[in-house]
Amino acid sequence: MSLQVNDLRVYYRTLAGDVKALDGVTFEIADGEIMGLAGESGCGKTTLGNSLVRLDGRMKLVGGTVTLDGVSLPIADFDEMRHFRYRDISIIPQYAMSALNPTRKIGKMIGELVESRDVRYREIRPELERRLSLVGLGVDVLERYPIELSGGMKQRMVMVVSTLLDPSLLIADEITSALDVSSQKAVAQALQSFRDHKFVRSMIVVTHDVSILYQIADTLAVMYAGRLAEKAATDVMMERARHPYTRLLIASLPEVGVRYDETRLSGIPGTPPSLLNPPTGCRFRDRCPLAIEKCAEEPPFVEVEPGHSVACWRSAEVAAAGDAMTVGAVSAVGDAAIATVANRTVA
Amino acid sequence: MLTLDRVSKVYHVGAFGGKTLTAVREVSFTVAPGEVVSLIGESGSGKSTIGKMILRLIGINGGTITFGDTNVATLRGDALRDYYHEVQGVFQDPFSSCNPIFKVDHIFSLIRGIYFRALSGAEWRAKVAGALEAVSLDSGQVLHKYPHQLSGGQLQRLLVARALLLDTKFLVADEIISMLDASTRIDVLNLLGDLKARGLGILFITHDLSLGNYISEKTVILRRGRVVEMGQTSKVFSNPTHPYTRMLIASVPQLHKRWGNESIVDAGPCRVHAASPSGSAGSALLVEVEPDHSVACFRIDEGVPC
Repeated sequence: MSLQVNDLRVYYRTLAGDVKALDGVTFEIADGEIMGLAGESGCGKTTLGNSLVRLDGRMKLVGGTVTLDGVSLPIADFDEMRHFRYRDISIIPQYAMSALNPTRKIGKMIGELVESRDVRYREIRPELERRLSLVGLGVDVLERYPIELSGGMKQRMVMVVSTLLDPSLLIADEITSALDVSSQKAVAQALQSFRDHKFVRSMIVVTHDVSILYQIADTLAVMYAGRLAEKAATDVMMERARHPYTRLLIASLPEVGVRYDETRLSGIPGTPPSLLNPPTGCRFRDRCPLAIEKCAEEPPFVEVEPGHSVACWRSAEVAAAGDAMTVGAVSAVGDAAIATVANRTVA
Repeated sequence: MLTLDRVSKVYHVGAFGGKTLTAVREVSFTVAPGEVVSLIGESGSGKSTIGKMILRLIGINGGTITFGDTNVATLRGDALRDYYHEVQGVFQDPFSSCNPIFKVDHIFSLIRGIYFRALSGAEWRAKVAGALEAVSLDSGQVLHKYPHQLSGGQLQRLLVARALLLDTKFLVADEIISMLDASTRIDVLNLLGDLKARGLGILFITHDLSLGNYISEKTVILRRGRVVEMGQTSKVFSNPTHPYTRMLIASVPQLHKRWGNESIVDAGPCRVHAASPSGSAGSALLVEVEPDHSVACFRIDEGVPC
């Protein structure tokens, strides 16, 4: 087992009260696994990634444990975490394009970075050059300033820097969102090759773009309002998702080949709840077409089959519908959702 | 309805504007009423520049844009005001498109002050309610709120409603859903579909091919300010002819279908330029390969797949 996260709770302290960005998140990542983490904005996916690396002043660890390769991570202790950061657990931040120091040549900056971890720059330089060529960058970029590189080049540069010390876990946060489709593909495939070359053992790829995750992730976790809704192997998730939110989310994505005139896709009505005072019970209840009274109780995140966990009281019904479910049937669930919400508003 | 004829835009860049950058080169296409045309390109391809030229937010350096019978470039004063009565734009970031210190009803009433002075209060309120209903927003819920109290999807629909308050016949939608969440973006996209059924012409500017494919009748693919391929959406997507278009379509991440191993064309000079008789200085002309489908490629005559 590479990473085990158990009932992690991280709140943001604000004047209005605690924003419960992570409220009981439990999952495991195996060796060599790329886990995709998807969800809407404000669901806590970036907080999850950040809290494994660095809790900033506003973030408060309320409960839960994180274990990496059998060692418990002191994530609440900023100074103790310094021994793990970059060496064992590394992050490619959301705005990687601005993560490079603009006043230093890139090679010099990398030198300062690795020397701070007691690694001689001269010794690591051949490996650095090898990895740069792997992502299609020449050695000459080390003599350049960040401003001289294009967005896609900077993104690949940061990827190489973040993984230079072969961390056990890499967190890649929205690293493809600001890129054009062609560089998006190059960056995503480079991530995969880093895992294949064993530069990193396992990875959490955070993004709102499910279709990117489908391309590169082994497993997919869907987050909703501070909790995990479902986690399973990517193909299982696409074909046999057991959480209504996952179903509706996947059904709402337009694809090349789907046309408005032929197939009307529908979104999920309503908005996610505020995490300042989240509702009790299932947090998707108000938007869910299948909600019943029992959903007022909080559904546990349980394993329904090996490697497939879901937090929904009605996962069996969703699965039963799943066997016969085609694209049309999925959008039928979507229509039902609109009808349900419309009725509720009238009532 | 809207016609672009060999439109070009040159920006002056550098410390004293000494250098020039041609953002758009001789782009021509038309948008008919009730038609959605998607303008697809990567960053820096000039797609937003075209939208801004249509909205007269920036000047036009070459060619003409005509709306109906009027040349957009020559509009001044009242004529420009009347033009905005019929042509409106909605942009990427809904939060920076609204003045954050005004409530929604005040944002709307700014329009009343310019275009609808003659309307009575009751008539105006009915008009606002109608426009909000058209974008499926509840006027009681949104009118007394500040922009930050609304979600991105709500605010984006609100901005479409603001554009609809005028007798809009043409809408420039510049990346209007790239900031929205997956669960709400499709609703805004479907809203554009409803508008086109009402006879609006829409220029849908996007970098996302799957969105363009979903909503539009006609697709224009831009690369470095030039049209490389255009035509009926189904034809462009089922029979992409220019290597750049093929690369774009192959790179789109899809559900249910993983990326193949095709090599990615680098962002450098176009591969087809190598086949240009006059070197990289020349440019290929748009040639019709089948009805309603044109491609600009030097090797089109040779029948060689690039």
